[in-house]
Amino acid sequence: MGDTQKLRRIIATDCGSTTTKSILIEYIDGEYRQTVRGEAPTTVEKPLNDVTRGVINAVTELEELARLKYNDESISFTKDSKIWLSDKENEGVDAYVSTSSAGGGLQMMVTGVVARMTGESAERAALGAGAIVMDLIASNDKRANHEKIERIRHLRPDMILMAGGVDGGTTKHVAEMAELVGAADPKPRLGSSYKLPVIYAGNTKARDIIKDTLDKKTDLIITENLRPTLERENLGPARDKIHDLFMEHVMAQAPGYGKLMTWTKGPIDGKLTDIPIMPTPAAVGNIMQTIAKVNNIEVLGVDIGGATTDVFSVFTEEKVFNRTVSANLGLSYSISNVLATAGIDGILRWVPFDIDESELRNMIKNKMIRPTTIPQKLEELVLEQAIAKEALKYAFIQHKEFAVSLKGGQRQREISEAFSQSTSGASIVNMMSLDLLVGSGGVLSHAPRRNQSVMMLVDAFLPEGITRLAVDSIFMMPQLGVLAEISEQAATEVFEKDCLIYLGTCVAPVGKIKADKVALSVKITLPNGETFQEDIKFGELRLLPCGVGESAKATLKPARSLDIGAGNGQEIETELHGGVVGILLDTRGRQPFDLPVETSERVRLLKKWMNELKAYPEQILK
Amino acid sequence: MAQAYSPGLTVTDSIVLRKERILPLKGKVLVKKGDKVKADDFVAETLLPGKVIPFNLANKLGVDPKFMKDYIKVKEGDILKKGMMMAETKGFFGMFKNIVKSPIEGEIESISNLTGQLLLREPKIPVQVKAFIDGIVVEVVKDEGVIIENKSAYVQGIFGLGGETNGEIKVIVDSNEEIVDLKNIDDSCKDKVIVCGAMVPLAAIHKAQQVGVAGIISGGIDDQDLKKLLGYNIGVAITGHEEIGLTIVVTEGFGKIKMAQKTFNLMKQFDGQIASIHGFTQIRAGVMRPEIIIPIEFDEKELVVEEAKMSELLIGTTIRVIRQPNFGLIGKVTGLPETLTSVESETMVRILEAELENGEKITLPRANVEVIED
Repeated sequence: MGDTQKLRRIIATDCGSTTTKSILIEYIDGEYRQTVRGEAPTTVEKPLNDVTRGVINAVTELEELARLKYNDESISFTKDSKIWLSDKENEGVDAYVSTSSAGGGLQMMVTGVVARMTGESAERAALGAGAIVMDLIASNDKRANHEKIERIRHLRPDMILMAGGVDGGTTKHVAEMAELVGAADPKPRLGSSYKLPVIYAGNTKARDIIKDTLDKKTDLIITENLRPTLERENLGPARDKIHDLFMEHVMAQAPGYGKLMTWTKGPIDGKLTDIPIMPTPAAVGNIMQTIAKVNNIEVLGVDIGGATTDVFSVFTEEKVFNRTVSANLGLSYSISNVLATAGIDGILRWVPFDIDESELRNMIKNKMIRPTTIPQKLEELVLEQAIAKEALKYAFIQHKEFAVSLKGGQRQREISEAFSQSTSGASIVNMMSLDLLVGSGGVLSHAPRRNQSVMMLVDAFLPEGITRLAVDSIFMMPQLGVLAEISEQAATEVFEKDCLIYLGTCVAPVGKIKADKVALSVKITLPNGETFQEDIKFGELRLLPCGVGESAKATLKPARSLDIGAGNGQEIETELHGGVVGILLDTRGRQPFDLPVETSERVRLLKKWMNELKAYPEQILK
Repeated sequence: MAQAYSPGLTVTDSIVLRKERILPLKGKVLVKKGDKVKADDFVAETLLPGKVIPFNLANKLGVDPKFMKDYIKVKEGDILKKGMMMAETKGFFGMFKNIVKSPIEGEIESISNLTGQLLLREPKIPVQVKAFIDGIVVEVVKDEGVIIENKSAYVQGIFGLGGETNGEIKVIVDSNEEIVDLKNIDDSCKDKVIVCGAMVPLAAIHKAQQVGVAGIISGGIDDQDLKKLLGYNIGVAITGHEEIGLTIVVTEGFGKIKMAQKTFNLMKQFDGQIASIHGFTQIRAGVMRPEIIIPIEFDEKELVVEEAKMSELLIGTTIRVIRQPNFGLIGKVTGLPETLTSVESETMVRILEAELENGEKITLPRANVEVIED
């Protein structure tokens, strides 16, 4: 899309599952800048149950803040409970664009013929795609057919994966299962603007029967049999289909989505044109790819939301792009699932103070049932950031399993492997060669201290060697991703000036040695002319000042069995880039990175590291 | 003023409700438009085909399938009683006869002289849908079910367990701050919907299960108790299908949280009246919350469903704090500063100033309150 005319004012919103974010972009003194930001809870709950109400609320906040900023009461962006699009100089805005992930997590039902065979294979495919399996329905699960139908209706799954039968085997049971799904006539939970996706990955011989039964009632997608023979399991194709369909059809949908679609418009070639709403991960993915392309670097990015966590990566010389949406890892709707995935100990290992398990569990559940609240107390902030680290960690694990060299080229698994849940294919994610790690999403963009964003990114992703860190300033990557559809110039200018905030650089040797041994000998000439020189022992953190746009000359020599990119014990001379936080030297070890099991020692170390990183006010780290 | 806060859950002494009651498969609607129904009345039913049981008769007789017709005593469509003779061989001189009896009650679906296989079908299974709420049938969905409307006192819970049930409301605590005393759960609570105060501990739930309580309404529940009750951790909250013998509706949240005074007052006001409740909860876009419905007298003309509206946050609005600190406390808004302000966690947020019921003045993020309709 081109820039056919200068747009004065553009409003862009991102409807997340929890919060709707709005930004105002204005053309000021010959350039585009992001000037005001607003937000409001997303309104996907009764009595409103209409995503446009949250949009209007977020834009109204934008309007109020713009009036304050410019001391001009006449500023108005809404009219008749809609966004006011006008081409007149002092009225409304020229364009309105939006992204959406308001549909939230992915909850599926799976069907199979034999629960313990095809049923379980289908369940594994769904879990592998990041879904929650609400129920497994099988021909032999002892429930009466009407109970199965009732269950499908009541649970309102986002998608159904149907498996069953080995290739060429009997079609009778699969056909029966299709009849049940057909009889249930399942409706998507988010209204009638799309048909419920049903993926068929069963006996190839039954495809025509399945089409006859389900094609009209559902959005039927047929893919390879996930259990072609009893001994072989082929989960890759079904898993990829689930993932794609989720992002394209379910995630962006929300009550009121149809109405919102009629609002998003902008001038193209002088004519007001509909600008389709983009799924948030697609928009952020566009931005990540652009960063990698423009700078010719390897990039790993993450966008952590309330219901989902999306991970993006561009690796290898061919700049292979991968995107995964962990559909049930997030910090509000999905927060309880992070607890279920990581376990209470997984979360507590990041917490530098005593907390009663019962209190923590109740806090997490209360956040889940009231997802739009924010931590007011410092302890709650520390806890939410601890949970965020685990959500990021598990989303990254899932991403690494997906990001293999050839899309769809996953190795087929022998059945023994399938049961052991081993991963297939070699991941192309290489943390040592990674150049830039970018964080986005409320908990990373709105952390009260940018140092906390550094801490969360480093603890969750464990970057190796030398890695630059950046964060989306106020969480606007999604909006810029869709803004590029009507004005690449506006998107690029705002991205460079207002969006990407460099936090600094992390230096982390890979390997493990004893705690009293020197892990890294450094000599760094800082921008202020001072020289920092130290033999840093294993298990330490150092934070050095080095601001945005500044760099420092460094000589880095790891211990004999540690590597910072040039091989074990090999010295590197390089330039380290600064940022709003600075240069972080991290000798806590990689592969493995271990935290002490013993509580008092772990708490002592956490406090020491958090103090060094200035992550939290001192009172909580005493 | 922008709405940077959560709309509250509905708690009202009078609302017009509309409920769809639909069969899992097409069947027969038992009521007609305009009929008045009670919660326990069946409004639609269907007969589902019974289970098919393959039965190899030739094998049982020990004959070649093509000779089976010489011995079979039943034909397709025949009604079967359990133990009824289906076939008999001639034996030798009337002795050593082989008799095959029906293993089920049902009917003969088909007979194959090629394979010797009989398909027996068990009797049809009736499936019925109840009205769930007292009310009036305002629409019949042909062959599928009905839509019922009524006027009710109504409380939307925040989280629940278990399906639809109904029973007489019985308040068994003196105040909304109390934790229910086990000795108050006795045989008099059988089939009742008991109202506990600030929390229902696991022991109380077990006692309620023992005495046959229909439902529990409580301000809070402890997550660890929940895990022990169910035997697993709830990851994504999609509940309502738990088979725990009763239904639980939590009105405020997890932990000990006093039940909102308005909710508690409503429960006391309707003590002794029948309530329909369910625990269906889905915390995701298109949220579903549990409900407490207490039908009240109404005139048909009153049945006009009001348009949903979002209440405004203004000076003087009554609010409830929905996150720590001061979780659950009620107050009145005294100030709505425009600019972003730093709170204890150093987060920059839009705040509001409020005076709590105990006179304490606080500031807190607008996102951490919900509006309570006065």
